[in-house]
Amino acid sequence: MIELSNVHKSFGSNEVLKGITASVEKSEVVCIIGPSGSGKSTILRCINGLESYDSGEILVEGAKVDNKAPSIVAIRTQVSMVFQRFNLFPHRTALENVVEGPIYVKKEPPAEALERGRALLAQVGLAEKADAHPGQLSGGQQQRVAIARALAMQPKAILFDEPTSALDPELVGEVLGVMRKLADDGMTMVVVTHEMGFARDVADRVLFIDGGVIVEQGAAKSVLNAPQHARTQDFLHRVLHPL
Amino acid sequence: MQNFLRDAVEFMPILLQGVWLTVVVTIGSLLLSTVLGLLWALMRVSGIRVLTGLSAGLINVIRGIPIIVLLFYLYFVMPDFGVALTALQASIIGLGIAYSAYQAENFRAGIEAIDKGQIEAAQTIGMGWWLTMRRVVLPQAVRIVLPPYGNVMIMMLKDSSQASTITVAELALQGKLIASSTFKNTSVFTLVALMYLTMSIPLILLVRHFENKAKRK
Repeated sequence: MIELSNVHKSFGSNEVLKGITASVEKSEVVCIIGPSGSGKSTILRCINGLESYDSGEILVEGAKVDNKAPSIVAIRTQVSMVFQRFNLFPHRTALENVVEGPIYVKKEPPAEALERGRALLAQVGLAEKADAHPGQLSGGQQQRVAIARALAMQPKAILFDEPTSALDPELVGEVLGVMRKLADDGMTMVVVTHEMGFARDVADRVLFIDGGVIVEQGAAKSVLNAPQHARTQDFLHRVLHPL
Repeated sequence: MQNFLRDAVEFMPILLQGVWLTVVVTIGSLLLSTVLGLLWALMRVSGIRVLTGLSAGLINVIRGIPIIVLLFYLYFVMPDFGVALTALQASIIGLGIAYSAYQAENFRAGIEAIDKGQIEAAQTIGMGWWLTMRRVVLPQAVRIVLPPYGNVMIMMLKDSSQASTITVAELALQGKLIASSTFKNTSVFTLVALMYLTMSIPLILLVRHFENKAKRK
């Protein structure tokens, strides 16, 4: 349902994506791994039009992603995003954050949206925090609210941009748990992550990106357990054995 | 002191007429400068090059012209172009335009203080530019902008006295007229100063309230 073909992207003279071709099928969980600065986040940001790309083509359910075109709004309501730094609206409660899109973008009746919003907060284990402001929540709780906010748009896919990188280690589990449940429920997910355990257990496929190109891709277990390419081996070795 | 009290009782009714016009000029130009300032600020952050440039240019032109010259221009020059304004209209429009530049810079600072990540989050749930402004940016920017906004209110109250230069009989001009006809300069201008101060104090307290509120956030 998401297709990238030969996507190039430069920031000034720095080419960060050098011809990315990949696809994500419905209900598939794809993890993107690789060193920092390799262009992982940029891929996600191009898929839902937060960044433009220079050449190539990105299709979401057959519709071309072009962040200058009005059609981008429709694509964004189908592909939600969860950010490393949560990016909740601090002046609104958890519940208000979740129902903001349904009420003001999708024009759902508020009563309906609120009811669904409460159900989503319950689904991420935060039913009792509905009226709390983001400042009163831990990082893990904030990220779970952000996931509920993404789900509230009833998207066909969710993009996760290093969703646990800003969390204290003991809070990582609660967020990964929610994501694992989503994957089990058949949500299409593209996850940029450094959590190799999550990638191995939950992902259907793993893409290893370095220097703006896909160096290696395949079934999660084969890429992570038996990487073919030297750069993949080297990266995994450094991540799994940092000392 | 007794003389002063006697003078105060005598001149107060005339000065209070001036106070009324001072309040009208201040509130009128405050409203106008707020609307224009918000417009310039939104143009400036719109990301559309023509609007950004236009807004930046306007702000610089307005900032570079003294208020008194702007008032003279509106009151004495515009009639040559067939636009005849009353002194009160000219003073409200002149002060409103003059202050819109400062309001715009204040509003822009408030808008740009909002974390870019939140704007991206708004975009990813399908919000357009205006909806993002209305639902995400402006409600938070207001809190940042309020303390300096209060200071602008105080400055405007005082600068409304410049309307006297184009014959608006507000507090300062009433005082000057009484003083020049009675020669009781000390009593009259002390009264005028006290009356401006009396009007400023509630505003000063309001600014302090805004500042405390902003700090608590």
